[in-house]
Amino acid sequence: MTNLDGKVVIVTGGASGIGLATAKAFLDKGSKVVIGDYNKEAGKKVEEELKAEYANVLFVPVNVAEEKSVENLVSVTVEQFGRLDVIFNNAGIGVQTPTHQLTDEEYKRVIAVNQDGVFYGIKYALREMLKTGGGSIINTSSILGTVGEPTSIPYAASKGAINLMTKSVALEYADRNIRVNAVGPGFIESGLVNKEALGDFYDGLVAKHPIGRLGKPEEIAHAVIFLAENDFVTGTTILVDGGYTAK
Amino acid sequence: MLFENKVVLITGAAGGIGIAAAKAFAKEGAKLALVDLRREPLEQAAKSVDAKDILLLTANVSNENEVKEYVQKTKEHYGRIDVFINNAGINGEFKNITEQTEENFKNVFGVNVMGVFFGLKYVLQIMKEQKSGAVVNTASNGGLLGAPGMSAYVASKHAVIGLNKTAALEMAEYGVRVNAVAPSGVNTEMMRRIEKNALGDKADEARKAFEASVPMNRYATAEEIADLMVFLASEKASFISGSYYRIDGGQGATSV
Repeated sequence: MTNLDGKVVIVTGGASGIGLATAKAFLDKGSKVVIGDYNKEAGKKVEEELKAEYANVLFVPVNVAEEKSVENLVSVTVEQFGRLDVIFNNAGIGVQTPTHQLTDEEYKRVIAVNQDGVFYGIKYALREMLKTGGGSIINTSSILGTVGEPTSIPYAASKGAINLMTKSVALEYADRNIRVNAVGPGFIESGLVNKEALGDFYDGLVAKHPIGRLGKPEEIAHAVIFLAENDFVTGTTILVDGGYTAK
Repeated sequence: MLFENKVVLITGAAGGIGIAAAKAFAKEGAKLALVDLRREPLEQAAKSVDAKDILLLTANVSNENEVKEYVQKTKEHYGRIDVFINNAGINGEFKNITEQTEENFKNVFGVNVMGVFFGLKYVLQIMKEQKSGAVVNTASNGGLLGAPGMSAYVASKHAVIGLNKTAALEMAEYGVRVNAVAPSGVNTEMMRRIEKNALGDKADEARKAFEASVPMNRYATAEEIADLMVFLASEKASFISGSYYRIDGGQGATSV
């Protein structure tokens, strides 16, 4: 078991939802956490709030679709906290557009954030983890990395790609004490996904989860912590989906 | 503590993973019911477990009446069952399919499939009534991949994955979660038997070859599997059901 106390952790997409819940879960374990997010306002606010409770937390603005920006996120982390032990590549976006109407820009934007962003996170985290002799990389996939969904091709394609980047990089670095895994959430309650915002569509989403509700960000955070702590799990995507994919 | 005063029922409790699970749940405050085929090894195993309450029960899990009995006795003793670690399993004889015997196949299926099914049948009756509970079935990497010479074991563990998904769907509305662990080779007595079955007096070579087939180049420890079982059985896994979690040092990354 890896003890997360004092470990240095990056969480991208950390200013809200799954990212924020996971940042808090690592802070509760005593980790030093760098929150990367595209939304500067939200990031600053979250940083302020968390600093009231935790000493070692920092917000760094990042656009994960740009390699230089991710490189900067990692180097600021190392300048600040001296090393990098865990990266949670979690930033992601989605579109819901019928495929025959999907524009090239929409498609490429989703791939750039979800897929390229995870690649850059992996690449620059590996460079630090190779220096210190190990680490743990955790990527946010989705049930849609495993099963299909209408009007979601760039999202599903990017999440499928994340599953296979996870497997490939895990194999590549298994002999160097770097574990690589992904978490595959079902639909999760958030600022955008809730009964008030979505109405009947929300009820339809709930019906797809045998457990009879959507997940909570904290439930994904627990799974991420498990992946960071258990030393024999690598190269896998663990599903946290209320039975969605067992059907 | 995650399982303060919770009742945890573990089959195959005298084996490597079973003992490690018993210790891990005890550490989290659980009361235990431990089941294995024979009394003596079970008592031996229980000596190393420091729990506030331990009930020892013997049963051949391939016999429906004996399963019914260990479940009933647990319920009588503790009044409820919060967690079921459906773990008893055997590896069987090492033979290619062309040489495989009906007897070996039936033995392996008796314990690994019927034993898991009977356990689910009687424990889930109780959890359904309680409207709560969590089950962790011990599947295997062999429930997802092939392994030469181990057709009976591999087929039986594939069956466990199917039982696991179906039980999860049937129980979802009752607040009962059902999941499985899928380990690669674990450093236990069962692995010593498999090494010996595979290469006889060259068991050391078998061990090296088996470990080399794992990208992390080692067996799992029983404690690592127990850690996953505790996670899946706990409230931390409240949105996880019908899943199998690989814990295999990367072995699954080379397969579907």
